[in-house]
Amino acid sequence: MLEITNLHASIEDDGTEILKGINLSVAAGEVHAIMGPNGSGKSTLASVLAGRGGYDITQGSVSFQGEDLLDMDPDVRAREGLFLAFQYPVELPGVNMATFLRHAVNSIREHRGQDELSAVDFLKLMKEKAAFVNLDPSLRSRAVNEGFSGGEKKRNEIFQLAMLEPKLAVLDETDSGLDIDALRVVSDGVNQLRAADRSFVVITHYQRLLEYIVPDHVHVLMGGRIVKSGGAELAHKLEEHGYDWIKDEAVVA
Amino acid sequence: MSATGTEYLNEVAASDYEWGFVTDVESDTVPKGLSEDVIRLISSKKSEPRWLLDWRLKAYAHFEKILAERGFPTWAHLDYPEVDFQNISYYSAPNSKPKYESLDEVDPKLLETFERLGIPVTEQKMLAGVAVDIVMDSVSVATTFKDELAKKGVIFCSFGEAVEKHPDLVRKYMGSVVPHTDNLYAALNSAVFTDGSFAYIPKGVRCPMELSTYFRINAAGTGQFERTLIIAEEDAYVSYLEGCTAPRRDENQLHAAVVEIVAHKGAEVKYSTVQNWYPGDAQGKGGVFNFVTKRGICEGDDSKISWTQLETGSAVTWKYPSVILKGDRSVGEFYSVAFTKGKQQADTGTKMIHLGQDTSSTIISKGISAGNSQNSYRGLVKINPKASGARNFSQCDSMLLGDRCGAHTFPYLEIGHPTAKVEHEATTSKVGEDQIFYCQQRGISEVDAIKLIVNGFCKEILSKLPMEFAVEAQKLLAIELEGSVG
Repeated sequence: MLEITNLHASIEDDGTEILKGINLSVAAGEVHAIMGPNGSGKSTLASVLAGRGGYDITQGSVSFQGEDLLDMDPDVRAREGLFLAFQYPVELPGVNMATFLRHAVNSIREHRGQDELSAVDFLKLMKEKAAFVNLDPSLRSRAVNEGFSGGEKKRNEIFQLAMLEPKLAVLDETDSGLDIDALRVVSDGVNQLRAADRSFVVITHYQRLLEYIVPDHVHVLMGGRIVKSGGAELAHKLEEHGYDWIKDEAVVA
Repeated sequence: MSATGTEYLNEVAASDYEWGFVTDVESDTVPKGLSEDVIRLISSKKSEPRWLLDWRLKAYAHFEKILAERGFPTWAHLDYPEVDFQNISYYSAPNSKPKYESLDEVDPKLLETFERLGIPVTEQKMLAGVAVDIVMDSVSVATTFKDELAKKGVIFCSFGEAVEKHPDLVRKYMGSVVPHTDNLYAALNSAVFTDGSFAYIPKGVRCPMELSTYFRINAAGTGQFERTLIIAEEDAYVSYLEGCTAPRRDENQLHAAVVEIVAHKGAEVKYSTVQNWYPGDAQGKGGVFNFVTKRGICEGDDSKISWTQLETGSAVTWKYPSVILKGDRSVGEFYSVAFTKGKQQADTGTKMIHLGQDTSSTIISKGISAGNSQNSYRGLVKINPKASGARNFSQCDSMLLGDRCGAHTFPYLEIGHPTAKVEHEATTSKVGEDQIFYCQQRGISEVDAIKLIVNGFCKEILSKLPMEFAVEAQKLLAIELEGSVG
């Protein structure tokens, strides 16, 4: 599904290198968690995968379903099936949620050679998917993220994930700012969307989320590199001991 | 923004006017030039009464006086060559049969013009129940739904017909809101106006349909000088729509219209405009000069006048639809979207003059600039010393597409009463890269993302337009952004 090889990326403006040789292999149907302290490069990795501007890829490659991901424009990546749940979802004043998602769904369908969804089918789909994350129906008729609370914004991201049915979903700190109930709702939504042909990369600072979304693999990102990988139990160890022991281990190594 | 985004914006900025074509209709055109003789000629061609000719001549004398003493108005944030008034023809009428009983008798070429503009008159009036008074150049060529309006006592006709059939009303109100002394272009219009629209809504009548007029400049080298007069008697209501497109032209065309609205006690007038005159080519050549004076007076207590406009055309726009809030508790509103691209310049806004007590006004202006265009909001809120309890809310938002255009805001406040509450908010934003990226991450192309974001930016205003007009306006905006008919 996703093959990241020796990926190096720096900030375009000042050349600061953030990612210093990432290697990661995600197979279809797998859930990978990427954990790490602040400033380790987690969000940069998500941004670079989705194609956000402002970064230079200086080395390495990323293949997505066998194709060169880095060669695609951001909208093409999305149509090919890559979804990013934003850490800070963007507000689009005056742009109605339904209008926005209809554009999105139909762009992706067109890319896949499918017909446009009729208005009726589309609204039906919206209703069905909103139930996944208990999204307040009134939010669907409002402007995208405008005036949404922090929790509503995150829920809205998972709702969009459900609508767009990607092959690979990257969740960038989706748990930040969520209370325990919202966290459960969001996690339930994600778990329902787990499928044999769909992979997840879950980026998080805390282990808490991973109690609900149990990953197949856990990776620790520090200083722009993956310094440790393991199973779900690694997350528990991090919760108990923090990141320092890995830092020490990494230094010793 | 990525290279493709910049390219797109450049493309938008450079895209040609879609609707530049000339209808081949024989025109009856007066030779170029402006003089008392020309005015007499116009007046006689229209078989006008003496009082109107005198009115025109008085206005002409004043026009000459302003031009000699003060010259052209220079306060606007606009840069354009001085108009050569002697190089314009002041009268042009489609040379078809002058009066029509039905649309069937109308020159099919005229109707075809409207079809090509995507305004199927016949279909539109059938479907939407809109009475359409088409002004092609200066003479009305078709008026419909008159019977139904007549039943309610509503008068909706060309200005010329109103002069003929309702001279008392015209004499009473013409120039009462925009006097011929108001400004250079209002004086010019008063001297040489050829036709326009007239609407009268009697006491207590709610006009049963939206009144609408399509204006169009057609004959080469003729200025267009429309006059519109709308009178709403006590507790009357009317919604009036005005939409314009103009064919391609190499010389600058002068358009100097005057619109006057009078709202009596408890009356409400809603005036909506979609303006899409030819803006000139990418080099700024050609294009319409649009110098319009639009003003309404809330004459009676509890009356309301509302202006809504979508301005996308013209090389130069100079336009400030205003409301004089004379009646107590009267309400004035101004909702505007101005989109400029290429080398277009727009200086537009409003004046809200609070005279009565507890009057209130709302101004919401959205300016979108692309290419090398300059887009200015200029607004005056004046609270008279006797206008206690007056309130105003103004919001002026500007959006920049690309980095070669300009957005400017010139708010003027004159507060003469201590109880006045006046709020002004202004924002300027670039279409955010994070917004575009968010859309792209959902599979939406950069071009569609910009369209979505711009449409969202204007939605608040476009939603104020009457339904069928709102759809048209949204389409127009998308076409403007795209540079090709979608």
